[in-house]
Amino acid sequence: MGLKGDSRTTVERASESELVVTRFFDGPARIVFEAWTTPELFMRWWAPKSMGVPLLSCEMDVRTGGGYRLEFGQDGSESWAFFGRYVEVIPNARLVWTNEESEDGAVTTVTFEDEGDRTLLTLKELYPSKEALDEAFIGMEGTMPEQFEQLDALLASLGAG
Amino acid sequence: MVQFPQTPFDASFSALSDATRRGVLEQLGRGDASITDLAEKFHMTLTGMKKHVGLLERVGLVATEKVGRVRTCRLGRRRLEEEAAWIERYGQLWAARFDALDEVVEELKRKEKGDGPEGR
Repeated sequence: MGLKGDSRTTVERASESELVVTRFFDGPARIVFEAWTTPELFMRWWAPKSMGVPLLSCEMDVRTGGGYRLEFGQDGSESWAFFGRYVEVIPNARLVWTNEESEDGAVTTVTFEDEGDRTLLTLKELYPSKEALDEAFIGMEGTMPEQFEQLDALLASLGAG
Repeated sequence: MVQFPQTPFDASFSALSDATRRGVLEQLGRGDASITDLAEKFHMTLTGMKKHVGLLERVGLVATEKVGRVRTCRLGRRRLEEEAAWIERYGQLWAARFDALDEVVEELKRKEKGDGPEGR
């Protein structure tokens, strides 16, 4: 199954440490917010099949100061947890959470704005530094290890002299 | 023993294992610079910096151009392509998520209206 609607999702590197994603949804902000903050609904879309790794569990205490924890994995034997806290929760309008699984985790801000019958969703990921954002990209890019290994070998051979 | 593959995180570090070379790429990400600028910035001799830039240039991460007596360095095509590829992949992840979210939103709308499933 291919990816649909790529053109509707825009991504911009707003600064050296910030990424901004925008997307319109055909529904009111309160419904998009509900789908984002209800664990059983959230689990249906956060890990789409194309991502390759299913979401095993999702706990979210959606209120300012509340925590969340997501676990990804093929089964229980090997899993990866993502967790953090909600720094700000304004029902149907705004969510801000931390990503605390690594020291260099981003702070994510999502806003839900009603525009007629649609919702303009804006997601911002602000990393503590440019390097942290670069590392996040590298971590996400599954094809990078081989490229880097090749590069590594090349650098090593060039530097050997 | 289970062999764990090297994680992308580790790989990126070992690939650009030299702090100066990583710093040079980061610096050039902010703007072009001459070898002299870079040498000063990283407290190195001109010869030392030339060697680092030469390495990065040979693998396409940095491109240089000599105008008069000054050799200007900028990010190479490879580095720029990598960054573009990352952004592309990041966008694809969100696009896939949001397509799935569309379905949830549609379902909630239908439930709210009490329309039932005939609109499918």
